[in-house]
Formats: sequence, structure tokens, C-alpha cells
Amino acid sequence: MNFPILSSLILLPSIGALFLFFTKSDKKNNFTGKYVALFTSAVNFFLSVYLWILFDPTTSDFQFVEERIWIKDLINYKVGVDGISILFILLTTFITPLCIISVNNSIKDRLSEFLIAVLIMESFMIGVFCSLDLVIFYLFFEAGLIPMFLIIGIWGGARRVYSAFKFFLYTLLGSVLMLVAIITIYWLNGTTDVVELYNSGIDIKYQNLLWLAFFSSFAVKTPMWPVHTWLPDAHVEAPTAGSVLLAAILLKMAGYGFIRFSLGLFPAASEIFTPLIYTLSVIAIIFTSLMALMQEDMKKLIAYSSVAHMGYVTLGIFTIQQQGIEGSIIQMISHGLVSAALFLCVGVVYDRMHSRLIDTYGGIVSIIPKYSVLFMLFTLAALGLPGTSGFVGEFLILMGAFKDNFLVAVIASLGVIIGAAYMLWLYKRVVFGKLVNTDLKQMFDLNRSELFILSCLAVPTLFFGFYPDPLINTIEVSISDLIDQYNFEVASKT
Amino acid sequence: MENLQLVLPEIFLSLSIMFLLILGVFKKNSSRLVQSLSLAVLIVTAVITFNETIGINEIKLFNNSIVIDYLSSLMKIITLLAAFLVLIISSNYLKTFQIFKIEYPILILSSVLGMMVMINSNDLIVFYMGLELQSLALYVLATFNRDQIKSSEAGLKYFVLSALSSGLLLYGCSLIYGFTGSTNFNVIANQLNSNEYALTFGIVFILVGLAFKISAVPFHMWAPDVYEGSPTSVTLFFTMVPKIAALTVFIRFLYVPFLNLIDQWQMILIFLSIASMLFGAIAAIGQTNLKRLVAYSSIGHVGYALAGVAVGTNDGIQSSVIYITIYVLMNLGLFSCLLMLKRDNNYYEKIDDLSGLSKNHPMLALSLLIILFSLAGIPPLAGFFAKFYVFKAVIEQSMYFLAIVGLLSTVVAAFYYLRLIKIMYFDEQKEKYDTDHGFWLKFSLTASTLLILIYFIFPSQLIEVVSRINII
Repeated sequence: MNFPILSSLILLPSIGALFLFFTKSDKKNNFTGKYVALFTSAVNFFLSVYLWILFDPTTSDFQFVEERIWIKDLINYKVGVDGISILFILLTTFITPLCIISVNNSIKDRLSEFLIAVLIMESFMIGVFCSLDLVIFYLFFEAGLIPMFLIIGIWGGARRVYSAFKFFLYTLLGSVLMLVAIITIYWLNGTTDVVELYNSGIDIKYQNLLWLAFFSSFAVKTPMWPVHTWLPDAHVEAPTAGSVLLAAILLKMAGYGFIRFSLGLFPAASEIFTPLIYTLSVIAIIFTSLMALMQEDMKKLIAYSSVAHMGYVTLGIFTIQQQGIEGSIIQMISHGLVSAALFLCVGVVYDRMHSRLIDTYGGIVSIIPKYSVLFMLFTLAALGLPGTSGFVGEFLILMGAFKDNFLVAVIASLGVIIGAAYMLWLYKRVVFGKLVNTDLKQMFDLNRSELFILSCLAVPTLFFGFYPDPLINTIEVSISDLIDQYNFEVASKT
Repeated sequence: MENLQLVLPEIFLSLSIMFLLILGVFKKNSSRLVQSLSLAVLIVTAVITFNETIGINEIKLFNNSIVIDYLSSLMKIITLLAAFLVLIISSNYLKTFQIFKIEYPILILSSVLGMMVMINSNDLIVFYMGLELQSLALYVLATFNRDQIKSSEAGLKYFVLSALSSGLLLYGCSLIYGFTGSTNFNVIANQLNSNEYALTFGIVFILVGLAFKISAVPFHMWAPDVYEGSPTSVTLFFTMVPKIAALTVFIRFLYVPFLNLIDQWQMILIFLSIASMLFGAIAAIGQTNLKRLVAYSSIGHVGYALAGVAVGTNDGIQSSVIYITIYVLMNLGLFSCLLMLKRDNNYYEKIDDLSGLSKNHPMLALSLLIILFSLAGIPPLAGFFAKFYVFKAVIEQSMYFLAIVGLLSTVVAAFYYLRLIKIMYFDEQKEKYDTDHGFWLKFSLTASTLLILIYFIFPSQLIEVVSRINII
């Protein structure tokens, strides 16, 4: 296989962005600009589907590996995928075109710049998920801050400046320690190549500190309690497409990082710090679910629910059980689809009424029935109803947790109930009830593009809910090998 | 007979200065001619330096008082090119203020000559001579817009404080001479007796003088006032060119005679570096004038460059040379932007004047955005790599404290760079600025922005260039 398929995936959106940059951005050309962006991201999606078809799920080795000399004698540009990363690439390439379609309704100003930012963002995200060198990973991980900062800052809501700064500085602060850790690893092992590091292992004396440095970055990005506070702000102020990107893809970088780097590189330290992760995850699940119950702003409610869902993810990862980690990955994919859809649902009513407050709405089921049906589907998926992808993830995570630690699993299961409570209550207050606000009568139902986007998200949500085999098959071997390696390392070190 | 070919660049430059001075005096209205000739002189000097000395390993001349090696040749070329770019983009600014006179290019050439002597020096006296030559030219340059009270104030302030620091430096030189019996770096190295505390005093005094020239905290007080008061084109020169020379002297002074005393000066350098990084980042937050902000940001950047020097390995020196090179590039872009904020023969230098720039001048704002993110050290831009190399060298010597403080101060510094971006991109637009900038201004902005942007594609080249620096 000589065709550099992963590099093409990374480069293609940037090339599209470059093309957009050189087309003049008056009103008429915005129109064509949008199709350019849509075309590139759609091609990228089909390319990644093709990648999935070619992907061999029976091995845990990295596939489609490309390696080039980048900084001589220092760092090689190395990319590749295994079962863990390929699904995230698919998620990224799947969500981005939907984002681009959705801008029709929400972004009025400087559209072509917005599309450029989204496309560049896509490049960076794919880069994060397939880089096999720590420095390259860091590069993509941090570079994503620039377009997101601009997306929130330029196209965001009233408090956008505050949110953009908070987002940028929080994440940057978390990541600089990771840079120190990466350079330390280079100093210790003479390489930052992930595959070589997997084979050689990292000196146990340093693992704890290195683990904490990586953790500081991933915890902010995940976000874990108590450093989650940037997320509600960023979500609320970001434009709909920005929230979707943030929730669906950006948050997954940290979960992916935990599996790939924390478990893979520092098994001994992960073993030591598992109680810390359990505690923070359980607090995140219970505390932020309760917070979500109290919210009056729909976007903020969904943002808090994201934190709670990511709590399940971190919990599942550190159970170090086959089911737990599989569940975490499926939960991340499912959350990517469902939270994206929920933010789009909020975006739909916001575009019509320009209010995100729950109080504004109520009784809209008779006015916009199509919307109500789809919104219900995603609400149920978010609370993990069997038959939706949300259930598969949560169920597997809890199963893994019960194997590892009974108490934690029981508390986390309680979180499911609160989760159901706030989602259903949200749905009830927005969709059912009496129609008090008469302005709502002027709302029109989903237009074609909105219907298309939400259906696109609904299909995989339901499909993987009933038939998660394609996902599990892809990740199974990689995860079981990861766990074997992990247990071997932990056993040999203690 | 010494091999004079090796000092041909300096000889050529000094003869040209004399010639241009005479030409300027005798030929009326010759400022444009002198300017063009000066540009040619800088380029020719750079070419001579490249041809005659770049391949040389290490040759000492004039009783070992000057040294020609790879480091000196490289730094001289960077200095000459930076001076060339400063000169070429400042002509519009000078014309606007009607200070486009023959003295300006000649003073720049003289200070460049002083810097070249500094870079070559292998002897305290030669070093001091070069330092004074460049400083004297810089005092005059700072007051160049003499009708403006701020410019005169800047020059006077710079003169008084700089004279004080030169005095300290000279005192340090005399202490070192007293305890080793020589001013030559190599002889000093052989005569070292680490038990002499007075020698440490000598080093400290010289470091104070050097820290003053490079504007490292706590000897930075002059920088914001002088940078603000001087004409913008001179500020551009101040922020870039003297720092290259001062950094070279830092490296040579610490690593040739005093390498064995590294325990004693390393702490001082770490302190200078940490203080500069932190102070530069924190003090810049409250600024409202762009030139003052740049002053504090340059203090911060000097801190990172000194962190590389503090390491005590060849890797550290190389990383700090890379840092200063990329810093010069970024500063060039930044000042090209500042020089474009012009409306009706008036230059704007308040932060608020950037408001809404992205709507009126999207390309200018985009360039400035890239330069600012690069200054903040966000990947994949060149500024990130500069910091990466420095911290790689620092961590390889297990100096974690320095690395962590340095990286945390990048987060603080990111705040004020972000603030500029916020003003450009998130705030309401104001009146438009002129767009009829000269070719060279546009060229330097485009070139520096593109280089910053695509540096990550070819990061090896710069490393290869500096990897031949071998001092220890």
C-alpha cells in the first residue's frame, strides 16, 4: 500500500481551506465557497470509510504507517492507525461535513473564514488521532486551539471573549506540562516514537510524574471535575457548529490520549493513579449531573451532561477491562453523535427564537412535530435507552466497572438515573406542556438541510444501538492486546 | 603578517562608512543615494562574510584578540541581514516625519560595525570597544526624531543608563584583569583560580553590563521608555539587532574564559532568564501602547534565549541561536505590521488602534494573527519550535524548574498576545488605514509571515545551519 492515505486525510481539508482562502468572499462566492468546503470534507469522509474497509481488524499492529524524516536526528513524521484510533478518524470526518451543512442557518457573517477555520480544525483533529510520535501529537493537539479560539471568539455569543480566553488559557496551561513530559521522555529514551516506546517501556522511576503531566493536559481537555468549568462557558458562547465540533470531536482527544498514552506508556503509574481517576470520574458523574438538573440554559445543560458522559468514559478506560475500554470508546463515538445532534437541536430552535432558555419554550410538539420526534430520539440516546448507541457504551462501561470495583460501579449506576432525570425533564419542559409563549406559533418545522443533518446522525445512533458489532470488531483485538501488554508490564514491575 | 582577508568584512564596512559620510556631506540632497549605497554595503559585507569566513573552523588574529569562527560568521550574517531589512522598511516612516537624512543609514552602519567587532571579540578591550561604538550610534539613533520631546527623552535616558552599565562593565573587566593578569579570553581561561571570589565579582559586573544591553530583568527599566520614545523604525532596530550581538558576547564570554566557573554563573543566568520570562509576561498585560508592549514582550523573549545560554552545553547554545533567529524573524513581521498602521501621515501605536482590523484589512490582520500566535509559541508556527529547542536543551540537563517556569510564563504571555488578537478580530472596526505601503514593507511582512507559517515543513534546515556551532 503505497498511497499515503492518512497524510491525504490530514492534508485534504487544509487544501480545501487554502482554496477557499484564495476565492473572494463576497455574498455570491460564499455560496460556492460552501460547496467547496462541503465537497472536500465529503471526499475526506469517503476516503476515511475506504480506510475503514481496508483496515484489518485481526491485528493490533499499526496499519497504513507512514514515516518520513522531519527534524533530522530528532523527530520523524510518523502516522498510522490501529483499532483504537480509526473510529475517531471516522467520527471526525463524519461530523465535519454535517457542521458545514449546518452553517447555512446559523452563521451569517464572514462565512468563508468560518469554513476555513472548520476545515483547518478537521486537519488538526485527524492529525491528533493518527500521529504515532509524541511531538507530532502535541503539535496537532495544541494547534487545534487556534481555530477553536477564533470560532468561539468571532462567531460566538454575548460573552464570547471571556469564554474564548478561558478555553484557550485553560487548555494551554494544561498542555505545557505535557510538553515538559514529552521532552523528558525524549531525554530518557532517545525517541518520541510511540511504537518504539511501547516496546521499550519507560523507566518506572519517572512514570508517576510523567503520568501526572499528561494527566494535567488530558484532564483539562476531557474535561474532568474540577477543571471542567471552561466547557459550559465555551459551549454556551460558541456558535452551533463550534459547539458541535467541540463536543463531538475535541473532547474525544483526551479520552483517546488516556488510552493511547496514559495506559500504553505508563502502565505502572496508571495502576497507581486509578483510584484518583475513579474518584474524579464518580464526582463528575454525580456532581455535574446534579448541576445539569439545575440549568436554565439548554446549551449549558447539555454541556454539563457532556462532562458527566466523559466521566463514564474515564471511568471505563481505567477499569482496564475489555468491556470497560470497549465501552468507553463506543461511549465516545456515541456521545460524539448524540451531543452533536443535541447541540444542533438547540441550534434549530435558537435560530428561530434566538433564545436558549428552557423557559422560552414549552408545548412545541404540536407546532414542530418532526423536530420533536428527532429531539426525543436523541434525548433517549443521551440517557442511554436500550436500542440506542448510548446504551451500549454505558452498559459496557458499567459491566467493566462492576468487575473491577463494586462501589464505584454502584455510584456510577446511580448517575444513570439522574442522567435520565435531567434529559427527560429538559425534553418535557421544552416540547410538552402548555403552549404559553404565543411567539412560538410562528416557528416552522425542520427545513431540508436540518432534517438531513439530524437524520444522518440518527441513523448511526440507532444502527449501532441495535448492532454494535462493526464497532466492537474494529476495536476488539487492539484493546485486548493493549490490556495484555498492560497487565504484563504491571506484573513485571511489581 | 596577519591574514587580513578574514577581517575584510569589517575593513570594507568601515571604509564604506567613511566614504558615505564624506559623500553625504559634500553632495547636497543625497539622502536617497546614501540610503541605497548603505543597503548595498550591508549586502556586500554579508556576502564577503559568507565567502571569506563561513567555512573557517577557528582562527585568531591580532595577538588572539579577535576570533573568526563559525559562530561569529553566522551571527555577523544574521546581524547584517537584519540591519538591511530594518533599513529598507524604515524609509517610508522616516520620510513621513521628515527625518530621512544621511545620518540615519550611516549611524546604523556604524552600530553594525560595532556589533561585528563585539561578535568577533576574544578580548575584553576589543569587546568593550565594539560595545561602545554600537552604543554611541544607538544613543543618537534613539534621539533621531529630535523635534519630538519623547524621542529626545528616550535618547537621554538610554545614554545615562547605558553609560552607568558600561561603567559597571568596565569595572568588571578591570577586576578580571587584576586577578588573571590578562584581558584575553584564552589567557584568562588558563589563569583561572576558582578560589578567587573577586573574579566572581568581575563576572557579575560584566554580566550586569551585558544584561543591561540585552534588556534582561532586573536591568530592563530603560527598555519600555526608550522603545516607546524612539522612532518606530529605530525601535525595530533596538529590539532585534543589538540583541544578536549581545547574545553572542554572552555566549563567548561565559563559555570561553569562564566555562570552568559554570557553577558560579549558571545560577545568575537562570535567575536572569526566569525573571525576564516572568516579568516580561506579567508586565506586558497592562500596557496600552503597542511599542511598550513589544518592549515587554522582547524582555520575555530574551529570557528564553538566555535559558538556552544557561544550560552549559553546545545544544543549549545552538538552541538559543535558533531562538534569537526566529525571534528576529517574528519581530520583523510584527514591526512591519506596526509600520502599516498609518493614516494621513500619522502613525498609530495604541493597542486600541488595532480594533476591528480584521474587517478593514483582512490580510494585514491575518498576518499579524499568525505572527502573534507564533510569538505566543503555539504550534505549528515557528515560535513554538524556537521554544521547543530551548526547552529540549534545558530538560536534557534536568533543569526542570527553569523549564516549567518558562512554559508557565508562556501561558501568561499568551494572554496579552490573545488580547491583541481579540482586539483585531472580536472588536468593532474603526477607520481604515492607508494601504499604499512601499514594496519592501509588504515584502518583509509577507516573507516573514510565510516563513513563520511554513517553518514546520522544513525544520531541519535551520538546525543544520546552527549545528556547526561548537564553542565548548
